[in-house]
Amino acid sequence: MDQIFFNLGLLFEFPIVNLKIIIDGVMIGALFALAAYGLALVWGVMNVKNLAQGDFVIAGGYVAWWLTQQGMNPLLGVPIAFVVMWGIGWVVYKLVISRVIERDLFTSLLATFGLAIMMAQIMNLLFGSDTQSIKLDYQTLYFADGLIDVPIAKLIGVLMATSLAIAVIAFMKYSRMGQAIRATAQDARAARVMGIDTEKIYAFTFSLNAAICGAAGAIIVMVWVIQPFYGITYSVRAFVIVTAAGLGNLPGVIAAGLGIGAAEQYGSHIFGIGYQQAIAVLLLLLVLVWRLAQQRRNRQVLQ
Amino acid sequence: MSIAKLALYAALLALTVAAPFLAPDYKTQLATLWLMIIVALSWDMTGGQMGYNSLGNIFFYGTGMYVAAVVTIGIAYPVGEYTDAAGGGIFAFTPTQYFTGMVLGIIASAVFCALSALVVGYVTFGLRGPYFAIGTLGVAIAAGELVSNWDWIGGGQGISMPNYPYDFEQFKTLIYFLYAVLGIALFAFCAWLYSTRFGAAINAIRDDEEKAEAMGIHTLRYKLVAWSLAAAFVGAAGAISAFQLIHFEPLETAYQTINLGIFMVVCVLLGGKGTLWGPVIGAVMFHVFKELTWNYFLGWQWVALGALIVIVVVFFQDGLMGWLRTKRPEWFGIAVERKDRIIREEVTT
Repeated sequence: MDQIFFNLGLLFEFPIVNLKIIIDGVMIGALFALAAYGLALVWGVMNVKNLAQGDFVIAGGYVAWWLTQQGMNPLLGVPIAFVVMWGIGWVVYKLVISRVIERDLFTSLLATFGLAIMMAQIMNLLFGSDTQSIKLDYQTLYFADGLIDVPIAKLIGVLMATSLAIAVIAFMKYSRMGQAIRATAQDARAARVMGIDTEKIYAFTFSLNAAICGAAGAIIVMVWVIQPFYGITYSVRAFVIVTAAGLGNLPGVIAAGLGIGAAEQYGSHIFGIGYQQAIAVLLLLLVLVWRLAQQRRNRQVLQ
Repeated sequence: MSIAKLALYAALLALTVAAPFLAPDYKTQLATLWLMIIVALSWDMTGGQMGYNSLGNIFFYGTGMYVAAVVTIGIAYPVGEYTDAAGGGIFAFTPTQYFTGMVLGIIASAVFCALSALVVGYVTFGLRGPYFAIGTLGVAIAAGELVSNWDWIGGGQGISMPNYPYDFEQFKTLIYFLYAVLGIALFAFCAWLYSTRFGAAINAIRDDEEKAEAMGIHTLRYKLVAWSLAAAFVGAAGAISAFQLIHFEPLETAYQTINLGIFMVVCVLLGGKGTLWGPVIGAVMFHVFKELTWNYFLGWQWVALGALIVIVVVFFQDGLMGWLRTKRPEWFGIAVERKDRIIREEVTT
């Protein structure tokens, strides 16, 4: 308890610490937002809630890590993870997801949960249960008399995440395929009538989601650590973000992603690093309860 | 009840009593089977009968474990000192202390879990469908993480229960019968509950919650009561597990979201959701499959289990009982008029 008050006091005594926490949070939040965007995409287009989202992220990270072990430039890992995870996403779609789209939501939730367990265990068998990361030998920038340290590796990660996000958004907005995806999300039947092959759109969307997650994972392995069983917390974070922001609300997803990154950093600063996972999950509960209270208010108005 | 049915129940009961003596090497296996049956049956109370698919029932299992541990240790020694000296072994328990702790621990777990289900349910039951599943999953994960940071009850290291004061073989038999009694009580309770007005009400909530509410059913109250009943049984099962395992820790054993927490759902789906016998049959099928993969797929057993979950959910969601019900509706007392059936077949083909 004393430790918590001490940590809180630190924030007020040295306001610059806040800045450091926020910078760290925003950097990591950008990656959460990426995974959450993929989730929102799949959720919106085919109404599948993918609990294996986090495991796609971790799988992408392991692809990049493994290739670096073979002596490849770590920065190349991001595009390669994107491509590899695209393929894995397509296989997963054909084997499992395509069969649960028409079913009720609990089915897809449970099926992807099973998938998550499977993927985590396969990675555990292939790569072992140790935490892994790629060390990039870039310098660290210091600001404010060394109180704020920004490793260039992290900056590169954020830059790559941002450019990936911009590329995906531009693709969704301007390309023919992106238009078709958005049309399917609006009304799948109408899209079929218009001659859009929705089956193809679904497969494409799910593969794209897996690829985005994979690229995010390849960035995470450079700036953070990965472990086969970390997937579930990324899934939970993605759910928090999408639930808080709502579907089809892109600025909301980005804002919520950055906010959750910052909130987690604050939480682990105040309560200790051991609580970081708990905070991610408690935020989910808070968001759900908050949405619930909102709905209850609506109900009262109707009465 | 017909003679044949009575004979079947009597035979099963006799088998239950005789099993640990017929196969003494498999006592622990059989005890685990009963645990699966208990958690599957209690999951089905809300999942199958009420339509609220919780992924967080494991929360009550873990909480039951910890409540039992705290009660058992607490009546003899200060809990904080006990956990500080983890593994020191300086704390001896007399048989009286042990058995008082066991009885009180199991009762306290059931009561505590029932109450906590009321609290958690009050918050989460406003969520519908998949949101409820994710919300309850969140509760279970968060509880595990918080407990692993709580040093008073051992933190991430876990907590050790006192050792059984007598012979170890006798201990295994005792644990088996504790589970078996709880399981039979739960089965009888479910059989009774589903035939009452309460059973009809929770089935109505499953079929259409808005209409049930319009019919004058206070849905939230029914949901809370149903969940806290289920939670009491899961909590008691958790308490027995705590004694069985002797040492347990929060993330992998107590709040094991990805093991038992999902297994119970798969058991129910495998056997058939919303039926009385489905969870029992499903638990037996699942347990046999699990043990076979454990023995023959060294290292890959988890992958096989994940694959089983996916396959069951995608291809076989109605389960064995659901499949039987469509094939042989008359076995379930569903009268199908032949003519009507033929017409329906013509329409579908």
